[in-house]
Order: sequence, then C-alpha cells, then structure tokens
Amino acid sequence: MVSATLKERAGNGVFGTVIACILAYLYLPILILVIFSFNDSSSLTLPLKGFTWQWYETLFNNSDLLQALRNSFYVAISATTLTLLIGVPAAFALDRIRFPGKTVFRRLVLLPLVLPGIITGISMLNLFKLVGFQLSLETVIIGHATALISIVVTQVFARLQRLNRSLEEAAADLGARPWETFFFVTLPNIRSALIGSALLSFTLSFDEIPVTFFLTGRDNTLPMYIWSTLRRGITPEINAVGTLIILGSLVMIVLSVSMLRPQDE
Amino acid sequence: MNRLSRDGLVRAIVCFTPILWAIAFMFVPYVIILTYSFWTKKFPTFLPDFQFGNYALIFFDPQYVSVLMRTGKIALFVTAAALLLAYPFAYFLVFRVKSAKVRGLLYMAVIAPLWVSYLLRAYTWKTILGNNGVLNSFLVSIGILDEPTDVFLYNQFSMVVTLTYIFIPFMVMPIYTALEKIPKNLIEASKDLGIGPWGTFWKVVWPLSLPGVIAGATFTFCLTFGDFVAPVLVGGPDGVMVANIITSQFGSALNWPLGSALAIVVLIIVLSIIEMSDRVQRAGRIDLA
Repeated sequence: MVSATLKERAGNGVFGTVIACILAYLYLPILILVIFSFNDSSSLTLPLKGFTWQWYETLFNNSDLLQALRNSFYVAISATTLTLLIGVPAAFALDRIRFPGKTVFRRLVLLPLVLPGIITGISMLNLFKLVGFQLSLETVIIGHATALISIVVTQVFARLQRLNRSLEEAAADLGARPWETFFFVTLPNIRSALIGSALLSFTLSFDEIPVTFFLTGRDNTLPMYIWSTLRRGITPEINAVGTLIILGSLVMIVLSVSMLRPQDE
Repeated sequence: MNRLSRDGLVRAIVCFTPILWAIAFMFVPYVIILTYSFWTKKFPTFLPDFQFGNYALIFFDPQYVSVLMRTGKIALFVTAAALLLAYPFAYFLVFRVKSAKVRGLLYMAVIAPLWVSYLLRAYTWKTILGNNGVLNSFLVSIGILDEPTDVFLYNQFSMVVTLTYIFIPFMVMPIYTALEKIPKNLIEASKDLGIGPWGTFWKVVWPLSLPGVIAGATFTFCLTFGDFVAPVLVGGPDGVMVANIITSQFGSALNWPLGSALAIVVLIIVLSIIEMSDRVQRAGRIDLA
C-alpha cells in the first residue's frame, strides 16, 4: 500500500517534469520574443542591455507598417464576414438538406483544413489570372474566405448536430413562422459556435501568409510586411510588432473563453 | 402549397450560395491547375498541351525526387516528435490531474499558442537558434561554448524543432479528446483483474486512444508537408521543402506547368493520407457505448 502511493508519487514527479518541459518549450520562445522587444540593443543576444521603448517608437513612426496593419484589419474583418455568410448556410445545408453531390460538396469545402495553404493560393491565382482579375486586397479576401469556410462549417455543423430539434418543432407548433423559429430559436442555440468560429477565422485571416502571398497585389498585410522585412534581416522592431500581436491574440483568447462560457455550462 | 414552395425556395437559396462558391473558387481552380500540369513551358509563356513531361520530371529528376523525400522525412520526424511530447502530456492531464480546473487550464495552455501568429512562432526560433542568437550567446556567456556555433540553425534539426513547436497543439487536441472518452471503470476493471499499470496501458489505454493518435498524426504530417514559411526562416539550403519549390515555379523560375504538377502531386499525397487514416480509423473503431 505504502509502496503503491510512493510509486504513484514518483510517477507524478516524472509526469510533472515532462509537463514542465513541454510548457517551457511552448512558452520560453514567446517570452524571449517579448523580452527582446524591450532590450536596448539592435542585436538579439544575451546578456540583456537594459530597458527601452525605442523599438515601439520606431514602430509607430513606420508608415508602411501602419498601413499594413490597417490592411490586415480590413482583410480579416471582410474575410470573416464573407466566410460566415457562406459557411453558415453551408453547415445548414449539410445538416438538413439532401441534395445531389452532397458528399463531394462536403469534402471540397472541408479540404482547406488539411490542404497546404499554398495550393489554395496558387489554384486561385490561376483562376484570377485566367479571368483577368486584378490582384488586390479584395482577391486576398476571397482567398481567405474560401480557405476559412472549412473552419466555420466544422464548428457550426458540429453544433447543429447536437442541437435538439424538438425545440424548433415546438416553436413551429406554437405558430412561429420559419424565419421567427430561425432567429429566435435556432440562432441563439448555435451562438457559441458562430462566435467561436468568427473569432478563430479573424485570427487566422489576420495571420495568414501562404494564400496572401499569391493573391495580393501591391498592398501588404501585416504578416506579409513582416515576412518581407525578415528576409532582409532580424531587427528588434519585429519583436515589438510581435509583442503587440501577441497581446492582441491574448485579448482574442480571453474574449472567446469568456463569451463562450455561459452557454456551454 | 404556398408554404411548401416558399420552403423549397429557402432551401434552394441556402444550398445555392455555398455550392456556387465551392464550384467557382475551389472546384474550378483545382481543375485549372490540373489542366496546367499537362501544359508545356515555352519561354516566356506556356502552351496548352497534353503530356506527362512535368510529372516525369518530378518522379525521375533526382532534384525533385530528393525534395519530395526530404519533405516526407521532415514531416515524419515532426509527427514523431510531436507524438512523443503530446501523448505523455495529454495522458497526464486526463489521468493524473485531479482538479478539473487545473486540467482545463493546462489544456488551454497548449492550445493557446495556436492563436498566436504562426509567422512569429517561426521567427522567434530563428532569433533563438541563430549564430548571433539567444542560445549561442547564452552558451558562450556561461562558458559552455568558446565561440558561437552554426550547428543550431539552417538545417533539418532546426526545421524539426520549429515545426514541432508550431504544430504540437494539433497533436494534443485529438489525443486528449480520445483519452478523455475512455471510461475510467475499464481501467479499474483491468487493475482488479491483476494487470499492472504497463499492461493496462498497452492493452486498454493505448488501443482506445489510437483514433486520437491517428487523427493527430494525420494533421501534423499534412500541415508540415505543405509548410513553406519555416523552411525559408530556419531551413537554409538543406531544408528546402516541396512548397518552396512550388512557390519558386510561380515566381522566379516561371514554370507554371511544373508548379501546377507539383501542386497536384502534393494534393494527391495529402488526400491519400487522409483517406488512409479515415479507413484505419473506421476499421479499428471500438464501440464503447
């Protein structure tokens, strides 16, 4: 008995160490990124040289970067809206409507979940070139929306499958019109899936590179701007942008956790 | 009647938009790259054609064969490394952590990096592993190294470290879900029947968690296979992967037919892996209900 608990404790110790190592692996790099954004030296080497806001100041005076940031917001908000407008009906169609070619449609729509982004990127590039579309932020938006439908569909479809249909039937029996049933019964019930997939789509679009790389014209999004600066070399300014982006992600995580909690309980 | 036809109209609209979108922006583009993959390159443009020269080049030119092999090898290493780290982590969370709150928190801690920019997560490894990087300067300052070394960055090691770091959440999620579904009384039953912890693990827990392992491995492998950011940032000449070759065919090399053929090859590889993992999962499904 005693030896059993001892063994268990030893086991917990081993597991605890493994967990600590994995958490360190996950978070040390992010910590390092943040620390060097405040380091008073243009090279990213130890030992640290002292605290500075300098990299943030250069950042806020960099008009190219600020423009890229604005472009990214424009792209991410538009792409998220568009992908919801297509993805939500798609999830409903997959859940409730029988139509020819449904299996093919499902596979096609879900493909970008696992398909490398560059394939979505080049295939749409070919299309746009063929029909003579000028590459711009708008083509990027179409590309992002197409790739992100898979996210919306998986989340909303999973929620619809768990949805208790008798609620909708009850509403209909009580005389609610179909659109009333939809807006007052169905929609509130899939709210968490909608918000969750919208936040995730926004984050993924904001951060997207492979599709953007092929579909953008002269305008840059923020990741594309960072990407092109990186090829010229590493600067602490990138760490400063990075730290701000991480802060933004943190807000998104807190937002999604707190907005999704009440209904899930 | 009126109600019915209106219902039909709504249904038609609900189906119509997504189907139209999928045809216009997914199906047609895939057909276009498939078509291009048979064309010939004739500087400075390309000629419509139907020949398998591009595919022959990919499968017989050692240059392209070696890139495909290398991409597969790196994806395998990343999958293995992610599994080795993710499994004990998920196992510990499900079976050892008693408090549901701590469990939820630790789970979030692994998933949260997915929300942090993918580019930044690759970039930070470049700053850590580089010749003038954090790791080198640290090792020099504590006296382990006399001078900075090049061994950390621009090789396949740095690729595996970075890509594992980026994709590990995709491995943890399905394994955690699979482990969580295992009824605890099965484990107690195994214990009561006198089977030791190792036996219980190999005979009960591991087989029941396999669907999660397969799903995680499929995700990790496919995502790594098509990655083109990490090779540029931390890969160096030794770490060029197939996605980089595709990119250059559409850029400086200006050979869209060859790039399209490569894209089709990647598409087929990814689809076959998904199909395979689907089959294995279906064949091995154990009904616990």
